[in-house]
Amino acid sequence: MSRVLMTALGAVGTTALLAGLVALPWVTPYFYIFIATEVLILGLLAASFNLVFGYAGMLSFGHAAFYGVGAYATALVLLHLQWPLVACLAVSASAGAALALVIGFLSVRLDEVYFAMLTLAFGMMVFAVAYQWRSVTNGSDGIAGFMLTDFAPGVGWVLDDPAVYYHVVLGVVLVAAALLYLICRSSFGQVLRAIAQNAERAAFCGLNVRAYRLAAFTVAGAFAGLAGGLMAPFLRVASPEMLHWSMSAEPVLMAILGGTGYFLGPFVGAALFVLLESWITGFTEAWMLVLGVLLALMVMFFRRGVLGTVLSWLTGRAGDRS
Amino acid sequence: MSGLATAALNSLDIGLLLFVIAVGLNIVFGVLNIINFAHGALYMLGAYLAFTLIGLLGLPFWVALIVAPLGVAVLAVVIDRVLLRFIYGREITDSLLLTFALLLIINESTRLIWGSGIHVIDPPALLAGTLTLPGGLRYPIYNLFVIGVGLALLAGLWLLFNRSRIGRIMRAASLDGEMAATLGINTRAVVTGAFALGAWLAAVGGVVAAPMRAIDPGMGDKIIIESFIVVVIGGLGSFPGALIGALVLGVIHGFGGRYLPEINLILPFIGMALVLLVKPHGLMGQKTG
Repeated sequence: MSRVLMTALGAVGTTALLAGLVALPWVTPYFYIFIATEVLILGLLAASFNLVFGYAGMLSFGHAAFYGVGAYATALVLLHLQWPLVACLAVSASAGAALALVIGFLSVRLDEVYFAMLTLAFGMMVFAVAYQWRSVTNGSDGIAGFMLTDFAPGVGWVLDDPAVYYHVVLGVVLVAAALLYLICRSSFGQVLRAIAQNAERAAFCGLNVRAYRLAAFTVAGAFAGLAGGLMAPFLRVASPEMLHWSMSAEPVLMAILGGTGYFLGPFVGAALFVLLESWITGFTEAWMLVLGVLLALMVMFFRRGVLGTVLSWLTGRAGDRS
Repeated sequence: MSGLATAALNSLDIGLLLFVIAVGLNIVFGVLNIINFAHGALYMLGAYLAFTLIGLLGLPFWVALIVAPLGVAVLAVVIDRVLLRFIYGREITDSLLLTFALLLIINESTRLIWGSGIHVIDPPALLAGTLTLPGGLRYPIYNLFVIGVGLALLAGLWLLFNRSRIGRIMRAASLDGEMAATLGINTRAVVTGAFALGAWLAAVGGVVAAPMRAIDPGMGDKIIIESFIVVVIGGLGSFPGALIGALVLGVIHGFGGRYLPEINLILPFIGMALVLLVKPHGLMGQKTG
């Protein structure tokens, strides 16, 4: 009985959430359109990170590399080729996947300690390249001054309008999130969970652990690249800061804040993160310090995240009643 | 010819400084099974404390060389007792996350306390200027001092781990903590001590590096990446590996910076990638797990 009730509540909740997201630009002040756009893009980034961390059990400290490369890809294509946005996003996702394939090839074969170190180190290599290769990346200034194109050939949406761009981001993120959800629920996703729980046993079952890990890392790189491709037109710049390790810290915190054990956890975490950031940076410069303290507290005391804690509280209550 | 000799000496002073820092990372990993992502931040803290002691309080360099690393070691004890004790026995991922959080906290605190600007401290008068080596090569005395410090710490650590009781206890605790505890060793104290020793080494590196390099909020990031490259090249947890990895990276910097300046930032990563392709566990590493 309570199970049916929960499912019905879930369906109603999801519908209400989607309707609210679509209607948002018409009912909230301008400021929140920007906040919501940022939440959606960073939520996608955090969800892509969580495919590697929450599902495959590999902690990456270099996820900003794929996000940043995606941002540079869209910015460069818009600057030099003026392709429609949807083509730019395809380039961004491909660039993220290609980079993840190379870095992953070198990083996934050893244990998680090596993986964390190597992803951080190779992430900073990409940062160094963006910084030093001035002729292409424009060094520390990054790529700016590009014009926005149409979304697709013949589609006359005015992407310069923040409300329109918000709807484009909402559509792309929903499609991407649905894809990511299917991947997580597929047999591929189940194998990743098995590997995370016991890699040795999974290997004895005849699974090629290294290939699965590399595949997960590459897929995550594609989605992170897509998130970067959405962010560059939003910020009107692709800068080296988007590749820095401190940017890699953000999806880590978002996933842990929301809850790594749930598909929607990273999105919840991204919303909390962005709201918290815009609130805290209002009265202090020390946002990174808050971020660090928050991460430490979450790891020590709330490892299941906000969504996990709330859900276990809810289901605990439901369980009492049945 | 003198160019080559200078590059070789340069490689040696960079390499030995890196060894001092990376071996601290390795000691902490060996005993605690934790990679301390805040290791570079502790190195930076050593340099900033030295700046405060020398530049603001006017104390001599030698006092800073003793006091600053001890201060950082005390902080490490506090970190171990207040933060790390929560995650002993948990999955290794949690320890990575926690030291990563520590990195954010120390980095930002440093920026808040000392600002974002660049600071410099001069080498002590005794070590200022250059020395003419046999063969007519002129080299800064301070860089020779760094080589001396590196060699002294190398010898000291080797004696500590191979010839002293404390070193044997630390090695026992790192091989099998449970068995060591059963034999009456206070493994809690060993763990805290190892963490403090690692932090002390990082901070010594920071103080020694300060007069050679600028003190800025990005110095910790740079050194932690370099230390990772060193332990990956040498092999995680290996003492000789840390030395070999550090010297390899020293050579990459010493010669690469001179002969391949366009790509010098990327050369260390290329070196690391090559080692990973050929020997994934590092030049001196053994298979773990």
